[in-house]
Amino acid sequence: MNFDFSDDQKLLRENVRSFLAKEAPLTLCRQVLETDGKYSTTLWQAVAAQGWLGTAIPEKYGGAGFGRLELAVIAEELGRVLAPIPFGSSVYLASEALLVAGTEEQKQRYLPRLSTGEAIGTLAHFEGAGDPGNRSLKSTVRNGKLSGEKTPVPDGEIADFALVTAKSGRDFGLAIVDLHTREVQREHLDSLDPSRSVAALRFERAPVEWLGGRPCGWDTLQHIFDRAAVLYAFEQLGGAQRAFEITREYTLNRYAFGRPIASFQALKHRLADWYVELELTRSNCYYGAWALSHEAPELAVAACGARVSATNTFELASKEMIQMHGGMGFTWEHDAHLFYRRARYLAAVLGPAPVWRERLVTCLERREEAS
Amino acid sequence: MDFNDTPEEAAFRAEARAWLEANAEPLAPGEQPASLEGRFDPEMVRKAQEWQRKKADAGWACITWPKEYGGRGATPIQAVIWSQEEARFKTPPNIFAIGQGMLGPTIMVHGTEEQKRRYLPPMLRGDEIWCQLFSEPAAGSDLAGLRTTAVRDGDDWIINGQKIWTTGAHYSKWGMIVTRTDPNAEKHRGITYFIVDMQSPGIEIRPIKQMNGMSSFNEVFFTDVRVPDRNRIGDVNDGWRCALTTLMNERHAIGGGAGGPEFRDLFRLARTVLWNGKPAIQDAGVRQRLADFYVRAKGLQYTSYRVQTALSRGQTPGPESSIGKLVGAPLRQNMAAFALDLEGAAAALLDRKAPEGALWQLAYLGSPGLRLAGGTDEILRNIIAERVLGLPPEIRVDKGIPFKDVPTGPRP
Repeated sequence: MNFDFSDDQKLLRENVRSFLAKEAPLTLCRQVLETDGKYSTTLWQAVAAQGWLGTAIPEKYGGAGFGRLELAVIAEELGRVLAPIPFGSSVYLASEALLVAGTEEQKQRYLPRLSTGEAIGTLAHFEGAGDPGNRSLKSTVRNGKLSGEKTPVPDGEIADFALVTAKSGRDFGLAIVDLHTREVQREHLDSLDPSRSVAALRFERAPVEWLGGRPCGWDTLQHIFDRAAVLYAFEQLGGAQRAFEITREYTLNRYAFGRPIASFQALKHRLADWYVELELTRSNCYYGAWALSHEAPELAVAACGARVSATNTFELASKEMIQMHGGMGFTWEHDAHLFYRRARYLAAVLGPAPVWRERLVTCLERREEAS
Repeated sequence: MDFNDTPEEAAFRAEARAWLEANAEPLAPGEQPASLEGRFDPEMVRKAQEWQRKKADAGWACITWPKEYGGRGATPIQAVIWSQEEARFKTPPNIFAIGQGMLGPTIMVHGTEEQKRRYLPPMLRGDEIWCQLFSEPAAGSDLAGLRTTAVRDGDDWIINGQKIWTTGAHYSKWGMIVTRTDPNAEKHRGITYFIVDMQSPGIEIRPIKQMNGMSSFNEVFFTDVRVPDRNRIGDVNDGWRCALTTLMNERHAIGGGAGGPEFRDLFRLARTVLWNGKPAIQDAGVRQRLADFYVRAKGLQYTSYRVQTALSRGQTPGPESSIGKLVGAPLRQNMAAFALDLEGAAAALLDRKAPEGALWQLAYLGSPGLRLAGGTDEILRNIIAERVLGLPPEIRVDKGIPFKDVPTGPRP
């Protein structure tokens, strides 16, 4: 049994953590949030200089050639500091999608620039409220031109290109769109978590090519989402863990009724329950990381499990963080709302927990029928 | 990251499996292992002892124990592998777990060399079965509030009082008992730990009928029961330290929550039971609940993989090993309640005609006990909060005063 990160990966974690402690204090997240700066270019450049953007990109495309386990380690650490950068959009979604489904020429064109941070990519799927599924999607490609509207698109304001889900007759695919062309209109939208930007993108006969050279099909999109879900789950886990540590510290040092509030069972039992959720989530995330790094057939089920678990736990963590801090936790100057906002942002950008629960049961049914 | 054995572990597993295949019959797919629940059955005890002796003769009993007491000095990960393999075979219920898992380790830490040589080998062979006499009617979660007394009388001690929730008292040769030996000392300081012969005059054993109709436990009454001083474990009035050793091992012994229905049984039920002519699993609300149960059950399973990984690497498992029962027991209860919802009005049956042979009805009635035995949910939360998270204990009103002045039980 070898169900843990290796010593090398743990060393990587230590290095990433101490680097981010210096480069990405929570004040940086707050600065982006308060100035609506879209993202921290300094942190983005620092992270790029460390080579983290290309962690899982093979060396022949300019990456570091490590695996998804290393990427998961970095994701958890970025989650801990609520990093205000488009790492998820550009790495978990765009880079992974190109690696999974891109043509050789597309990989050569995009991956080197993604791994240096010169280019930012994103994936644009949602079209307003609700969940589009594969039935109600409206964006379409005709004769190599994309029309439609996507909202919200994470990092749509700052990305250089987007992979856009679209129909073409009866086919479904991911269209690669250069966002700097005239046929693309970008609109800034205020974000629930202003440390992470969202936009609306309008396409009017924008020239595109299909990721992979032809419509890839709905299952490929699901697969791309599954891969991203595992990595986002590590970010969620990191955020939930950090919220827990800050809150534990606070309850130990805050005195009320003449004693530390952590000595009251009303709080310590909830902290114990919270800790239990973190451990269960960590285990589900590890299973997702294992499935992702081994390209295992269990990936879909594992990704759903990690996603549901991590989404629930980050929400719990961010709620408890505010509640246990009392009135201070509801103020603008306290950091609790940074976690509360990020938890909900991460729950939203890849589709909410109920959709993933539904998908999980669908996958379990398929597995049962196959056996 | 993988789920594979190391080459050494694989070799050990093959050796264990080969012996089991030669000496036991594998469980059929879906077949449940024999359960400890139910009434006392001398035939069951005889079969369990027979199996235990067979294992002991071949060196497969208490494998982590030192060789001098009959073990093979195996590593903790080898113990995990052995129990995984043994669980795949039809074997009698393990009626030795309390002795071998909790009391044996206590004797190893606190007993004299003479006591170890006398008690450990027959415990390992299953020749002598052990029970644990800890809880009392007014001392459960607050175990150190125990009031059963032991009073020195020459070379003996005289024990009076009552113990409760004693598994296997009626077929045990020996019991481990914690007693109050100095009521004038502070609560935790006046306690002494003894080995008591369960056939001694003055011991009366009465089975407890549980809310699910079964009787897994007993009340044990002590009236002037004589115990020689050589049966004392540890120093006089130092028994709390020994009891803590037993309790630490209890969490390892009980942790898993063995037997009973699992997620796959719930999933099968949801796929087969009909709601308005369609399988219940087609209902969106049912699907959402199923997903949450699955994620929780799997989280627990993968957490045990993390614990095994630490053992495999020769490390002490981290605090993640402490969450098993706190998650598993309420999960079982909640799954049972949901399964009964799926069954509709037929959930009201506790009958052979009940769906799935009343699997979920029995789980529903039995699961409240899982949340109480071996540390209640609330005590487990205290343990996690204080020992794992380092949070301060509650302010105590029973410290720094003689035990006899501590109020207990019903309002004085």
